[in-house]
Amino acid sequence: MAGRKRPPRRQGAAGWLFVSPTIVVLGLFLLVPVLMALWVSFSDWSGVGSPLSSGVKFVGTKNYQQLLSGGSLAETNFGTSLRNNAWYVVFVVPIQTAVALLLAVLVNRQVLRGRGFFRTAFYFPSVTSSVAITVLWLFLFSTTGAVNKALSFIGVHGPNWFNDPDGIVHLALRLFGVDRGPAALTGHTALGVSWWDWFAGPSVAMSAFIMMAVFTTSGTFMLLFIAALQNLSSEVQEAAMMDGANGWQRFWRITLPQLRPTLFTVLTLGLIGTWQVFDQIYTGTRGAPDNTTVTPSYLSYTTAFGSQQWGQGAAIAFILFVIIVVLTLVQRSVLRERAVSKRRMRLYDPARLTGAAATTAKETSR
Amino acid sequence: MQRRTHRLLAAGALTAVAALGLTACGSGFSSGDGAGSGSSAAALTSSDDPLSILIGSSGSHETKAVSSAVADWSKSSGTKATVTAASDLTQQLSQGFASGKPADVFYVSTDQLAGYAKNGSLLAYGDQLKNKSDFFPTLVKSFTVDGTFYCAPKDFSTLGLIINEKMWKEAGFTDSDVPTTWDQLKTVAAKLTTSDHVGLALSPQYARVGAFMAEAGGSFTNADGTKATVDSNANLQGLEYVQGLLKSGDAKFSSDLGTGWGGESFGKGQAAMTVEGNWITGALSADYPDISYKVAEMPAGPSGQGTLQFTNCWGIAKDSPNQKAALDLVEKLTSTDQQLTFAKDFGVMPSVKSAADTWKTDNPDLAPFLDSASFAEGVPNQAGSADVVAAFDSKMSGLKTADAKALLATTQKQFAAVLSQ
Repeated sequence: MAGRKRPPRRQGAAGWLFVSPTIVVLGLFLLVPVLMALWVSFSDWSGVGSPLSSGVKFVGTKNYQQLLSGGSLAETNFGTSLRNNAWYVVFVVPIQTAVALLLAVLVNRQVLRGRGFFRTAFYFPSVTSSVAITVLWLFLFSTTGAVNKALSFIGVHGPNWFNDPDGIVHLALRLFGVDRGPAALTGHTALGVSWWDWFAGPSVAMSAFIMMAVFTTSGTFMLLFIAALQNLSSEVQEAAMMDGANGWQRFWRITLPQLRPTLFTVLTLGLIGTWQVFDQIYTGTRGAPDNTTVTPSYLSYTTAFGSQQWGQGAAIAFILFVIIVVLTLVQRSVLRERAVSKRRMRLYDPARLTGAAATTAKETSR
Repeated sequence: MQRRTHRLLAAGALTAVAALGLTACGSGFSSGDGAGSGSSAAALTSSDDPLSILIGSSGSHETKAVSSAVADWSKSSGTKATVTAASDLTQQLSQGFASGKPADVFYVSTDQLAGYAKNGSLLAYGDQLKNKSDFFPTLVKSFTVDGTFYCAPKDFSTLGLIINEKMWKEAGFTDSDVPTTWDQLKTVAAKLTTSDHVGLALSPQYARVGAFMAEAGGSFTNADGTKATVDSNANLQGLEYVQGLLKSGDAKFSSDLGTGWGGESFGKGQAAMTVEGNWITGALSADYPDISYKVAEMPAGPSGQGTLQFTNCWGIAKDSPNQKAALDLVEKLTSTDQQLTFAKDFGVMPSVKSAADTWKTDNPDLAPFLDSASFAEGVPNQAGSADVVAAFDSKMSGLKTADAKALLATTQKQFAAVLSQ
């Protein structure tokens, strides 16, 4: 530190002055509320008066313990909400990313006529209010709604979408005659939910929400991908063409690796957004049927505002925060830039490509 | 190193200032620590402050009726008062309590009562009501927590058996065939089930199925609400009776008929009978005006007649600066005349005995609902019981194939845990 030359003092003061409005606004409306919520999650605040007043006591990790152990209803509800949301994430994030990329590649093609129209059309659901789309979805997926009507034309008797609590993995297993899980799975529980129920998959009702999420957010991420695609230089593509790579190979070996930063952004935003799903549940099903559409953020809301368990509600929010941070870190390490592995390197080995003697090629590459 | 300390100090100071600023914003914060027992009849606060009334309205009829009643009171008492219809009552109430500036008078549901009573946001004014003895005793019990009568019942509803007249006649039944026992209900339900409609439709929830448990003599708690009795044989008998109806196909849950509640199934003609409260009359006349129906008391089970009742009360905030005027307003709103006016305006049943006879003369077709008050039971009102009931409800839609005994055992465990807290 001592070796570095300090900037003149006055300049530093001016800098602070310029950023102070942002710091004050962010601090007041973001940092302080977050810290207060953190305090609430460790306190017995009952929702009356200030959480910082003298009557509110520190209760240690009691609120967290009730959620994570003890076999109470709170634990079961929290476990169920995690199960529901985990399946939601597992389905929504990959599908919406793939669909967004596909749409982006399609509308980015030079030969496509009316690209502007398609771009607008695909982006449209993203700029519509999620409440409006939820209401639309409730109509479309009602028992006698348009979706079931369409299914009936091809002879399929559609499910009772938003009222069907059966998990789709369980339903698939039922096709093979498996109606009850093995005792090893049904007999043991994690967070008050049996392992058999953890593997139930999203309920039919949740599946409708999954489709809705894919429908609405793919357009947003398509836009990110389009921007990234337009930034790619055509020279690399041309070079690949000269090397004789076909379209499929060019996409997987040339385009996709260059999109890695965008892919990271899209996956991260998708992960955060899907773990925080709230509006659709609040306006749509309110957790029904059988609690299979309860998500941690909705549970946090009902626990605090409905049951007056403010500490527990705040604790749910912070556990959710930890889950999101950990998953983002995991994803970052998975997607980080790595040196090309030797196995992979061999694919690009000029000697191998030209069909020269394999043994000598291996020697040289080492 | 020193520079870093400075920075830390600066950041700490900033946070402290911001926190102070926040505290200053919420001016009511300092007074919000009094979460006392609230049982003693302390002197009521009194001031010239206007009253704010927050209601969870069922629609424009209710909002208009309450607004005009409050305006009348305002004129005669000289205290200003405004009525607001909440879009999300629990959330808006919670915000008010947390900021120390709650609405003065508001609706409180039975399942919310214990939570608000426990955290000291409610004024326990029940014993100071002039018309206290006029309220139906079971309603008073619903708003009594730990021996303290908290708030005045606003109005109430009971469950009854709603019968589609046309289908009833088609099956060859007359008025004398209205079922009064479980066996009769099963028989008529079976006969009313055709390829077009089912005999009986129910919403899959405790608030309907619980009536049958009550008819078998069961309840979720013992009489004074201190012990969980969910796994009693009576409850099992009630639940298994409903399960039997579902299994034989004479009854179906509304969710299996693709509707949101029993009233919708009934209105759409998917069911010849349903179990609903008096709110169904409003829904039917608004959405399905062509249906002609009659109302009967719930049939008697092994331990006699039984049904469930639902009610809200007029809560008064402990932080209200003008509790005296608020109490005066509540007395006016629960007075016999005013309740009869409300009944006419938005179809509720008055919570006071003195209005019962007039109401029955005015609504002869709906009299069974009010007659049921003598044997109706309230729903659990203990703190945390709403969560247990919600968990029970979440299992209801699968009742047909479920193990009723195991289901009750799970709920028993959860309820006992809630009561021991």
